[in-house]
Amino acid sequence: MSTEPVRVSIKDLHLSFGHTQVLKGVNLEIEPGEFFAFLGPSGSGKSTLLRAIAGFGPNPSGRILIGGEDVAVLPPWRRNVGMVFQNYALWPHMSVRRNVAFGLQERKLPVAEIRERVDGALDLVGLAELAERRPSQLSGGQQQRVALARTVVVEPRLLLLDEPLSNLDANLRVQMRRDILNLQRQLQLTTIFVTHDQEEANTMSDRMAVLNEGVIQQVGPPMALYDHPANLFVADFLGTANVLRGRFVDIDGGCRLVTDDGIELPVKKYPAAGSGVVILRPQALNLTEPEAIPDPSQVVLPGTVRYREFLGAIIRYGVDVGPHQLVVDHGHRPGEPIYEAGMAVAVRVDPTHIVPLTE
Amino acid sequence: MTFLKRQPRGAAGVAAVLAVFLLVFLVIPVVKVVFVAFQDPASGAFTFVNFIDFFNTPLFRESFANSLYVACMSVVVGSAIALPLSYFTTRFNFGGAVLIQTLGVIPLIMPPFVGAVAMQLLFGANGSVNLLLDQWVGFTIPFMEGLNGVIFVESIHYFPFILINLSAALHNIDRSLEESAQNLGAHGMRLFRRIVFPLAMPGYVAGASLVFLKVFDDLGTPLLLNVNDMLAPQAYLRISSIGISDPMGYVISVILVVFSLLSLWTSFLALRGKDYASVQKGGGGLAKRDLRGGQRAMAYLVVTFVLLIVLSPHVGLSLLSFGTIWSFSELPDGYTLANYQEVFASSSQYITNTLLYAGLAASIDVVFGTAIAYIVWRTGVVGRQWLDYLATGALAIPGVVLGIGYLRTFNEINVPFVDKPLASWWVIIVVALAIRRLPYALRACVAALHQVAVALEEAAENLGATKYRTVRRVVVPLMIGGILAGFITSFATAAVELSATIMLVASESDAPLSYGIYVFMQSAAGRGPGAALGMIAVVIVGVATYLSHRVIERHRRERRETAGDVAPAI
Repeated sequence: MSTEPVRVSIKDLHLSFGHTQVLKGVNLEIEPGEFFAFLGPSGSGKSTLLRAIAGFGPNPSGRILIGGEDVAVLPPWRRNVGMVFQNYALWPHMSVRRNVAFGLQERKLPVAEIRERVDGALDLVGLAELAERRPSQLSGGQQQRVALARTVVVEPRLLLLDEPLSNLDANLRVQMRRDILNLQRQLQLTTIFVTHDQEEANTMSDRMAVLNEGVIQQVGPPMALYDHPANLFVADFLGTANVLRGRFVDIDGGCRLVTDDGIELPVKKYPAAGSGVVILRPQALNLTEPEAIPDPSQVVLPGTVRYREFLGAIIRYGVDVGPHQLVVDHGHRPGEPIYEAGMAVAVRVDPTHIVPLTE
Repeated sequence: MTFLKRQPRGAAGVAAVLAVFLLVFLVIPVVKVVFVAFQDPASGAFTFVNFIDFFNTPLFRESFANSLYVACMSVVVGSAIALPLSYFTTRFNFGGAVLIQTLGVIPLIMPPFVGAVAMQLLFGANGSVNLLLDQWVGFTIPFMEGLNGVIFVESIHYFPFILINLSAALHNIDRSLEESAQNLGAHGMRLFRRIVFPLAMPGYVAGASLVFLKVFDDLGTPLLLNVNDMLAPQAYLRISSIGISDPMGYVISVILVVFSLLSLWTSFLALRGKDYASVQKGGGGLAKRDLRGGQRAMAYLVVTFVLLIVLSPHVGLSLLSFGTIWSFSELPDGYTLANYQEVFASSSQYITNTLLYAGLAASIDVVFGTAIAYIVWRTGVVGRQWLDYLATGALAIPGVVLGIGYLRTFNEINVPFVDKPLASWWVIIVVALAIRRLPYALRACVAALHQVAVALEEAAENLGATKYRTVRRVVVPLMIGGILAGFITSFATAAVELSATIMLVASESDAPLSYGIYVFMQSAAGRGPGAALGMIAVVIVGVATYLSHRVIERHRRERRETAGDVAPAI
């Protein structure tokens, strides 16, 4: 089961439900063989975009090129893109084997070949011995595997996964994550998957697109997006972020963000002069005693601990710095100093970890 | 919310065919009837003169008042039977609850006109009950005297509509709603008046308006009880004796349609936006109380009494069908199988015709019902909602009206090869039955379709199945339980339809069971064989109802087993 992986290009895609615009000019290039994620909150249009690629939902305007062919005008059954549905959509009136054979039967393949390929696909997902069961007799994870087998057995050009892990419990999810990734590498299939869970997107995808309100906010590898978000939405959606608002100004030849209450934070460069924000990830901040010897390369902000939460792997502090409240994460190592609510502390941050953004 | 793209040309074509069918066999005949009612018979000009004539004729005024009176009284009497029963089943821990639920459907198995004559023999002036009363206590009760008879027969047949709707409404009230009211200080009558009653009201109104509609439109029962001064019998008699050009039949038809629409509208208003299915996890229904010894005995007494009355048409019909002569006596003089022998020997065409007509009509209904359900809910065909509205609109058209409309519209149209007017060809009876039962079949099909998640279809299309193949391999197989249930419901009710049938039967050889029963029951000598035919009808409908119950149960069980893997789409 191997075909040349294909490239997917989406050009200026617009789509509306009635008068509600759901996709507003999406442009996207997905490389051959890439494992690509659409990440966004519910209502961001990520599922709609995936379904548009498969041919479901209202007619979009714009172009969807799969391996150079514009499929936007084709009905779903002529697109040869495999989709795994969020609830798996296994047909309850058919056995596992008949579910998996369905697509091959629709392609009018000889019976012997269908049998062979169904067996192959069931082997691939490790369910050969459950072929005669009904979907209702399978666990959630097994159903997920059947759905995958049913989709890949037809050798689609492209694999689409709609929130593939959302119906599984936490342990199974981690296992399934690896299995899907292995399968994708094995089949060398260009794969797009939709998720609202940034951890899923981070662990699985080569690159991802963050969507909000029908617009792609940013595209790139997970780590690059986390470290260099293009805007506040991306920064906030990918993880907890402390946001400080102010104005970007040049002082003594260096760029700084100055807040209304006078805190000055050096930044390497800023997008534009005038008002803007910086974000500080909780783990980029560090607490010390106020009188500890300062590291001259670090910025130091005096503050007071407001609360402390023990989360297991980390200890999370809320610290008042002037009118701002910053969240600070310390990795938890037994024996290291603990700061109690009400204690005066120094918040320290390396200037390279201060990320400037326009608002 | 599901928006499906692309209107497949095939679906639009099927929709067009369905629309034409509904137009020709429902809309045009009804419009024609309304049209004629407002037309001057001589000049053809628009006029109200027919309506003025109608209300100036004492007989029609009386008929109108009688029909209203009978329909309202049937609701009152039906409520009197249904209210205590539904209260018992939902409020108390009571072993008779199952009995009441079963008892609730028994009258529906048999349309009222079938048992009407038997009821006369049991409850009439010289019937069993009054003979016994006269003998033991020295007075009689005029159960079956004129309009009383119609009210009595109709209400014991149609009270289940109130019982079922009201019980469902009471059952759907979450216990926590009652308990939170108690927690906030309400109890007793106040609790009932402020919480239980308002929550149960929509169900009651829906059931009551259905009873009103059924009784107001019913033709067979008054005809068989020889009560002719009501609207539906008058319409029938005018058309069948004076002819299809007499405007009074059309005026009555318009009045029947208007009242049908009003009662459907009432039921719609009652239920709209009042989806009180408020049951949460942990069990629904009001808090049940235990009955004390005396109360329990009383409850059983009431239930037994109601059960006896409800079963009396069936008992009477059995006695009549197996009896020799039954007149001025508590029971028939002797018992015999002769009536059945006569029916099977000389009138078996009634039975075969019924099986054929009802079978064909039910087949048309499920095929069309499935197609309409799919087109309306799963395609983007422009104007698709109208198919649903039209098909459902048939509910508001009484059988008499449809029959008159067909006579008026299709009398001029000659069927090639058969060389008969379409209005007197047996196929028109099948069409009338199909149109009249389509709303029920359609609802069954829509319910079945809603059980099929859209994702299941999309998965098939995604794997290369066209729309047509998807419907055949995924949608219909998953709907099959609901479709079968729809078929059987349509079949069972079509098998005993009389009001449209009676207008359209052109010759005895084309007549179905219900017509045969009507014809036999006209003469005293024919009552025995007529009752035997009635029993056969009851058996056919009873078996069909039982089957549909089984099918629905099995389907529900299978659904429950597979409910885990496919949640309804979006």
